[in-house]
Amino acid sequence: MTQRIIVIPAFNEERTIADVVCAAVKIADRVVVVDDGSRDRTGVLAKESGALVVRHAVNRGVGAALGTGIEAAVRLHADAVVTMDADGQHRAEDAARVFDRLAQGDVDFVIGSRMKRGDEPGNMPVHRILFNTIGNILTFMLFGVWVTDSQSGLRGLSHGAARTIELRTNGMESLSEFIKEMKDRHWRFAEVPIKAIYTDYSLSKGQNFFVGVKVAIKLIFRRFFG
Amino acid sequence: MHAIQIVLTCFAVFAMSRAVIRYRRGDMRLLHLALWLLFWTGVVVVALRPETTNLFANWLGVGRGVDTAMYLALLMIFYLLFRSFGKIEDLDRQLTRVVRANALREMEADLAQEKSRDQDSSGPR
Repeated sequence: MTQRIIVIPAFNEERTIADVVCAAVKIADRVVVVDDGSRDRTGVLAKESGALVVRHAVNRGVGAALGTGIEAAVRLHADAVVTMDADGQHRAEDAARVFDRLAQGDVDFVIGSRMKRGDEPGNMPVHRILFNTIGNILTFMLFGVWVTDSQSGLRGLSHGAARTIELRTNGMESLSEFIKEMKDRHWRFAEVPIKAIYTDYSLSKGQNFFVGVKVAIKLIFRRFFG
Repeated sequence: MHAIQIVLTCFAVFAMSRAVIRYRRGDMRLLHLALWLLFWTGVVVVALRPETTNLFANWLGVGRGVDTAMYLALLMIFYLLFRSFGKIEDLDRQLTRVVRANALREMEADLAQEKSRDQDSSGPR
């Protein structure tokens, strides 16, 4: 039997984490929540909802938390790892679709893309589409790979990819760094259309212009100075 | 003599004395001491005889000595900024490594405890 593990990086997400974990445990063998130095009850609630909680003593950023979660999943002998956001914007059934895509065995890396039209119409707000497109263009310019949703937090890694990935950046920029890893390590890649749930809460948590600029600078630094 | 010349000279002498003290204490290598002394001597020379910068400026092809000093200062600041940015990134990564190693160690300890508790409760009474 294959071991499916969901990794959820979380920083001060006590409002949503319990629901996210409860939905995730239904479709995975184990849910690992990386409590990234939260100052609220995120870790406690995640544990009560059935997750294995790995705790960062201090906040290190979403990239660092993903790295820790993936490493934890590898140690727990995961055959497939799917990462999800803690703010409730991802649906468990979409995570299941990413697992299913990985289970077909012909890909190492899957992105759940909000920009790719599946059988349901996309629902991304216009300013998000704009930010995302800029992120995609920057990712393409720096790393030479075109993806339709470079900033999606719903992703899947095969066992091999999870074992070899090496994220060096700590923040949001790690989302594009995955793409660099994919290229450098010759992972086979697929995109699965997903539908994000946008609430005022999840929108308030995401990227804004200044975060975007910071991410861009760090990515350029990562690309040229390692 | 202008006030600025006195201030700069005094500061340079102070800085040189600090460098010598650090060298004597063994906190600084001879090469670094020599470089610092050279640098601050240069500052004193430029402060007392500003026209010397014009010689350097002419040689470089920049109009005025003061401009040359500004360009060089700017260049140095950019270089230092770049270096500190890189250094901070380095520290950031190292901190993440430490935090991660700690987190994973705690996770494995928790799992081991869980396992032994499970074995205790399912074992023969």
